[in-house]
Amino acid sequence: MSDCRREWNREDELPVYLAGPITTGAKQRKSFGMFSSVEGAFDSKTIDFENYAVGRKGSRTPRSGSKERILDTGDPLRKTPGDGRDGSPGDSPVKGGDMRTGVEVLKNKISEKLLIKGGRVVNDDQSLYADVYIEDGLIKQVGENLVVPGAVKVIEANGRMVIPGGIDVNTCLMKPYLGTQPIDDFLHGTKAALAGGTTMIIDHVTPQPGDSLLEAFEHWQEAADKNACCDYSLHVDIPQWDEAVKDELEVLVQEKGINSFQVYMAYKDVYQMTDTQLYEAFSFLKQLGAVVLVHAENGDLIAQEQSKILGMGITGPEGHPLSRPEELEAEAVFRAITLGNRVNCPVYITKVMSKSAADTITQARRKGAVVFGEPITAGLATDGSHYWSKSWAKAAACVTSPPLSPDPTTPEHLQTMLACGDLQVVGSGHCAYSTSQKAIGKDDFTLIPEGTNGVEERMGFVWDKAVAMGKMDENQFVAVTSTNAAKIFNLYPRKGRIAVGSDADIVIWDPDSVKTISAKIQHSASDYNIFEGLECRGGPALVLSQGRIVYEDGQLQAQPGNGRFIPRKPFPDFAYQRLKFRDQVKSNLGVTRGAYDGPVYDGVAAPIYITPSPSAKTSPTSTQPPPIRNLHQSNFSLSGAQIDDYIPRRSGHRIVAPPGGRSNITNLG
Amino acid sequence: MSYQGKKNIPKITSDRLLIKGGRIVNDDQSFQADIYMEDGVIKQIGDNLIVPGGVKTIEANGKMVIPGGIDIHTHFQMPYRGTTTVDDFAQGSKAALAGGTTMIVDHVIPEPGTSLMEAFDQWRQWADEKSCCDYSLHVDITHWNDSVKQEVDNLIKEKGVNSFHVYMAYKDYYQMNNSELYEIFTFLAERGGIAQVHAENGEIIAEEQARMLQMGITGPEGHVLSRPEEVEAEAVFRAVTIASQTNCPLYVTRVMSKSAADIISQARKKGNVVFGEPITASLGTDGTHYWSKNWAKAASFVTSPPLSPDPTTPDYLNTLLSSGDLSVTGSAHCTFSVAQKAIGKDDFTQIPEGVNGVEERMTLIWDKAVTTGKMDENMFVAVTSTNAAKILNLYPRKGRIAVGSDADLVIWDTDSVSTITAKTHNSAAEYNVFEGMELRGAPTVVICQGKIVLEDGKLHVTSGVGRFIPCSSFPDFAYKRIKARKQLAVLRAVPRGMYDGPVSEFSMSRGGTPSASARSSPTKQPVRNLHQSGFTLSGPPTPDDLPARPPGRRIVVPPGGRSNITSLS
Repeated sequence: MSDCRREWNREDELPVYLAGPITTGAKQRKSFGMFSSVEGAFDSKTIDFENYAVGRKGSRTPRSGSKERILDTGDPLRKTPGDGRDGSPGDSPVKGGDMRTGVEVLKNKISEKLLIKGGRVVNDDQSLYADVYIEDGLIKQVGENLVVPGAVKVIEANGRMVIPGGIDVNTCLMKPYLGTQPIDDFLHGTKAALAGGTTMIIDHVTPQPGDSLLEAFEHWQEAADKNACCDYSLHVDIPQWDEAVKDELEVLVQEKGINSFQVYMAYKDVYQMTDTQLYEAFSFLKQLGAVVLVHAENGDLIAQEQSKILGMGITGPEGHPLSRPEELEAEAVFRAITLGNRVNCPVYITKVMSKSAADTITQARRKGAVVFGEPITAGLATDGSHYWSKSWAKAAACVTSPPLSPDPTTPEHLQTMLACGDLQVVGSGHCAYSTSQKAIGKDDFTLIPEGTNGVEERMGFVWDKAVAMGKMDENQFVAVTSTNAAKIFNLYPRKGRIAVGSDADIVIWDPDSVKTISAKIQHSASDYNIFEGLECRGGPALVLSQGRIVYEDGQLQAQPGNGRFIPRKPFPDFAYQRLKFRDQVKSNLGVTRGAYDGPVYDGVAAPIYITPSPSAKTSPTSTQPPPIRNLHQSNFSLSGAQIDDYIPRRSGHRIVAPPGGRSNITNLG
Repeated sequence: MSYQGKKNIPKITSDRLLIKGGRIVNDDQSFQADIYMEDGVIKQIGDNLIVPGGVKTIEANGKMVIPGGIDIHTHFQMPYRGTTTVDDFAQGSKAALAGGTTMIVDHVIPEPGTSLMEAFDQWRQWADEKSCCDYSLHVDITHWNDSVKQEVDNLIKEKGVNSFHVYMAYKDYYQMNNSELYEIFTFLAERGGIAQVHAENGEIIAEEQARMLQMGITGPEGHVLSRPEEVEAEAVFRAVTIASQTNCPLYVTRVMSKSAADIISQARKKGNVVFGEPITASLGTDGTHYWSKNWAKAASFVTSPPLSPDPTTPDYLNTLLSSGDLSVTGSAHCTFSVAQKAIGKDDFTQIPEGVNGVEERMTLIWDKAVTTGKMDENMFVAVTSTNAAKILNLYPRKGRIAVGSDADLVIWDTDSVSTITAKTHNSAAEYNVFEGMELRGAPTVVICQGKIVLEDGKLHVTSGVGRFIPCSSFPDFAYKRIKARKQLAVLRAVPRGMYDGPVSEFSMSRGGTPSASARSSPTKQPVRNLHQSGFTLSGPPTPDDLPARPPGRRIVVPPGGRSNITSLS
């Protein structure tokens, strides 16, 4: 974490600013000899993987240990990390532990030693010229004039950018729809991801209502372990809310390494949750320390609009955006944020597709809400005018929810918001169906399977639309394509950063390459590409996943089954740190008053504690609540009226002072 | 002219009144003129009027003469759990007249499951018996089904009701879900009604209330803690969205917080037809009193949405009212005695909700907005009277001083200072939420139906003289824009050839259709629902037949006649 950054700044700042490669730091490190300096450097900057592994013992203690190390090595009096290392006692056991963990994670695969020379390392906070040495799938050294063992494969970066591999936070590679599955499974999807410079995906587990979340999760994990070519993690969608789900969520968070769950505000009668259920789900997930992903669209209104539009005889794909106007998206975003604020829970809006939804998020962030917005490739690169295409296949290919906005200025707006940090993460929403699958809805747009491609094009389009246009710098590019995702989902700094100890998921980015997107050359298995014909500047020249070259010069060498499941711990700091403080600060205190002892209106028929709660619909006379307070019914209040008007009303009804004398509490002065 | 009028209505022993030397203030202009009225109607306006002899003359001495106020939101004589609010139509309308309000619009609240029509008749009967000033009625829709729909239709067509109130709060009781709201709004848009909403998210409130009670907070402060203002803002946002989808004019009752008001002004800037109604209490006081040590005092402030604990809220709402972002003011006058409020002494959710304000409304707005320089006297007339008349489609009969308008007039004294207190107010309630406030501006003379009801500080009201004023549908103020938009927005399908490519196999039996209407649409769809036909979409622009093709995209036209629909390149 911060320790590597700090350590590394001290070493590398000088060379960067003075442009002199030989510095005291480098010299001194050299003088310690080949292996000792390497080990020391590595040791002080390595991440404590124990700390990030889930389901293992000692979740807190190692972290505090690493914090102590920060203090040690951060001491400005010490000249080199090696110095500090030798001086601090009791260090070697920790080092050994780190090594072991690293090997474990690699599943004992044959290690490959790689040196990336002459690249410009770009992280989300700074860019600097440095070489990167990789061993066993981990970054072992970052710096200039590295001392590395022999027989190392050297990759010449030639001054190109070396960036952390992209993390695509939103893919649906196995989402079942009416018995069919997306044409891109984990194999094709991850291949496409790697070809686009994305070295990790987070896929959505989408159980059907009534299915067990755990079983679905295991099913997905099994499929992904077999086929995925890059590291992956999983979000779990909550299709319905009940008690059984709660237990499963707890298991998923605490034992399975899942810290993000998606809820739906759309898809009425299928996935949709009511506000009450959302409130409960948010409260529960907040306790677990999870991030709530929200599909934000008002499902009730969509259902109404859909039936209306079908009734008007519009059955083609243009009915899709017509029935899901962007207002409905903005409304649901607003509601989700309100719920999040009430519960004090981080909210992550998946697929921000429209200007008004993005604006709503921006406003909420200005007011201090902890909310994250995720635009997707399609929303950033194209607009919804294609829904009116004469070619049904083309129009249907764009069908996704929320729909692409028909407003052609939307992509630019979203790119700007992304550049200024109001939106944080770019996903792809990759869920590719073939045209024949899309044709399930040829006579009824509501049946068209929803999803667009984008996992391969994601990084390229963010570069092309935002960086090449001057909206965003390269560091922000790294932040939105990789680092922020790693932070929100608690993968940082293992993923999302080039630092000693991080996973060797690295991309050498070529900002000048130009390619024309086409379904003919894509790695996705689908027969349509919604970006067909668009030119895209910028692309990966070389992709390393787990320290192996998987993509070089247009050649993909991905191995199915290489992908590891990356477990994630709850309570990511990026989302929860603020909330923890807010929880402490926020305490609603009641007012201590004397008991009210004045007169109480006593209705003739109704007992005082009549609770006109849910049961009130069946008139107060039919229910006779017990005179004790019923806690289940107490959450109701009523300003309205009841029809029991047989009690004659006296105008000017005034309280007569009780004989015992009036208490101060009813004093009217 | 006056002779003609006399001929036409000779039977009534008419009240003839002449106001001399006043400055007439309407919402659009102010000018010096005399007013002659006869038979409850303004007959002449101008200088040197020729009037018959024996006319009572009131010297205005250069004071403002304004149209009588219209309080668009009251709950007089409202039944509540076997009791009724302490101010009935006589008491309430008396308080209204004392404050310069010459017309009230009360809410008919039928019990869920009961007939709207019967409730309406009941309210009519109560009001006809007792009301001292003209009145009209809103009807609350507390449940929704086809028979209610029929009743709403009848109320609009035959009974002179054009505004209907729906609730987004009071879960499991009055609350409507989004689908119902959509249907109601659609229906009202077709019939020319105004949709009024009580905007608060009832589901979140229910959860928060349970949480507060669980934390042991049972006093009135729990009321405001369980109904934070963002819950109000959320519901306003949702209501605006639904109204904009259904192209129905929206009226948000009781705008109590800054954020709710902001949502309304944003929506208005985007062109939505939405009206916001702050109430006397939200313009005059704030929610800090919920934490009062005096239970009875704290409880007297309980209303929903609650008064905002943010003390800058009243000032902010006054500003928005002055700028026109909020359109009308009501009082939401709904008073309970302390004993009635004490029903909830151990549980804040049981406290009957409502505050006073019908009497203080005009004076308070004058003091908070006009004397502070936020609004001018014309705007004052607009927000207290004219806009309400326009929304109810009563303009220019009410809400304007013009020949032919009803003789509901107020001579307004801008300099008088009065102190509000429960001891002297005309309401029957023991508490006044504005207790102790010194307010400038007050009516010196109030003329209702051409009769002087307030003069020299003395009130002469007659119970039962109030007439029901029927409101007709499609008020121009709200519907002119709506009608134009309806004509503009027409949805068109794209004509395409039949898709003749392969279709992958799928099973409908599998429950998980992620499509919202998939359950109903494939089977039931052919039946066209005529009630829903009045729909238009004003949101996204509908491109004409074909949108501009994006750059760099080419369409391959195969020579051999490949079907256009499956072409992939």
